[in-house]
Amino acid sequence: MTRRTILMAPGLGYLALFLVVPCLIIFAYSLFERGTYGGIDYTLTLENYQRSATSLFARIFLDSVRIAGTATLVALLIGYPAAYAIAQKPRNRQMALLVLVMLPFWSNYLIRTYAWIVLLNNQGLINRTLQSTGVIDQPLPLLYNEFAIVLGLVYNYVPFVILALYSSISRLGPELREASFDLGGSAWTTFRRVTLPLTAPGIAAGAVFVFVLSIGNFVTPDLLGGGQRPMLGNLIYSQYLSARDWPMGSALGFILVVIMLALLFAQALLSARASGEGETRLAPQPARVAA
Amino acid sequence: MIARDPIRLWLNAHLGLVYLFLYVPILVLIVLSFNKSGLPTAWTGFSTEWYGKLIANPKILSAAGNSLVVAVASTVISTVIGALLAMGLEEGRPTPWLDALVAAPMIIPDIVLAIALLSFYTLLNMSLGLHSIVLSHAVFNIAFVCMVVRTRLKNFDRSIVEASIDLGAGELTTFRRVTLPVIAPGVIAAALLSFTLSIDEFIIAYFTAGAGQGSTTFPMQIYAMIRFGVTPEINAIATIVIGFSFFLVLLSQRLNGEVAP
Repeated sequence: MTRRTILMAPGLGYLALFLVVPCLIIFAYSLFERGTYGGIDYTLTLENYQRSATSLFARIFLDSVRIAGTATLVALLIGYPAAYAIAQKPRNRQMALLVLVMLPFWSNYLIRTYAWIVLLNNQGLINRTLQSTGVIDQPLPLLYNEFAIVLGLVYNYVPFVILALYSSISRLGPELREASFDLGGSAWTTFRRVTLPLTAPGIAAGAVFVFVLSIGNFVTPDLLGGGQRPMLGNLIYSQYLSARDWPMGSALGFILVVIMLALLFAQALLSARASGEGETRLAPQPARVAA
Repeated sequence: MIARDPIRLWLNAHLGLVYLFLYVPILVLIVLSFNKSGLPTAWTGFSTEWYGKLIANPKILSAAGNSLVVAVASTVISTVIGALLAMGLEEGRPTPWLDALVAAPMIIPDIVLAIALLSFYTLLNMSLGLHSIVLSHAVFNIAFVCMVVRTRLKNFDRSIVEASIDLGAGELTTFRRVTLPVIAPGVIAAALLSFTLSIDEFIIAYFTAGAGQGSTTFPMQIYAMIRFGVTPEINAIATIVIGFSFFLVLLSQRLNGEVAP
């Protein structure tokens, strides 16, 4: 055995046993039938996957895609200008600003979500303030709906989007943008034709992160959605812990993993293509200057 | 230049609003935790009453104790295993498929890891409790430790290891006197982060804790309290948890000198 193998053996062994094997088990479970009393009946079937396409499951699936998609879009719209603003600051202040962005991300997810219950509920801070200033008579229905879920997801994941976009934006030198301005491009044209395409890998990385974490989320739809809009994560949860239908829950979990892998693959392709293009587009320039 | 200045102004205003968006909810909880009435409606005077109530609540204390045990145990396991893994991966040719395997626990949805581990333990007829939470948390913590330590190792000049071996030091001496001191800040930062992750983790713990009240962790207790309704005690818990995690993260930043991923 080489030194490298010895160093890696405990870690790889651990991940094989506690990650790979468990994932294979749920994949296998997804192909079996549910036992009469909630166990596994070891008869091969594709029924769980067929059932996932039926109207009840399909509706929750579409709801999840819509909610996760909205959260992703909003997080990008908020995160992009913020990351851009940080990248424009003096270098020595950028790190501090990023740490400040990431700090809430590291505190407890449940507590960050709970904060929005305090703000949004009928007797909450926002409704009380609006009522006492006479803007509204009746409390606005801010909590326990899709709006609250999207807000909670954006709040929790926007720091990561800003981080992903920052690393992409800060890598852009000012030269290309200045060239575009010099050639008469307006600020908007420069952004649309130069900055945006070159930061596409960062956008993709941030988007995939928010979408994957949102679609499999359990806590936010549960606490802020009040169970009104269950998502894929809640469905898996209830199949496992309430319905005791582990094969169905496993099939849904496997579908979630497939969605995640497909998105990560697409993102890897995009960033590989972008870096390839960037090289061919940028490489001739120094040569031309040298000539 | 004139055309670009309003844009800069607008960007900075936007950034300011984003910071408000991120911090106002947290600040509201902190302020409310010191409000005598505990309600968000009116300020009725400064009080530490709700903190007193927390200390007197045995359920909260036992949950906090459980979380501490779980976090320490899973941090110890994953720091050792994860740091060795990082050293192994950084030696020799890059192996993309191993990199993917090691990164997988960081991106796999929590709920999937939760049901996979519960199915695994059930199939093995394993008893569930704090020990199964520890084993489960180590899965994602190993990935995290490995990533942080690898970043540290990438900036590490390997020739000093060769120099040490050329000068006659054995493998262990070289590790203890050369490699370890260089990667130590990264390893400590990684340990702090995995402690933070473990102490905050809810869904995997919820699935792998088993039925007993004895293995309720702190996030599980918080979840139960939030589901029960808005109570001022949660504000006090929130303030303590936020203060604690901010302290740990800033400490780990300081040690490692870079922004946490």
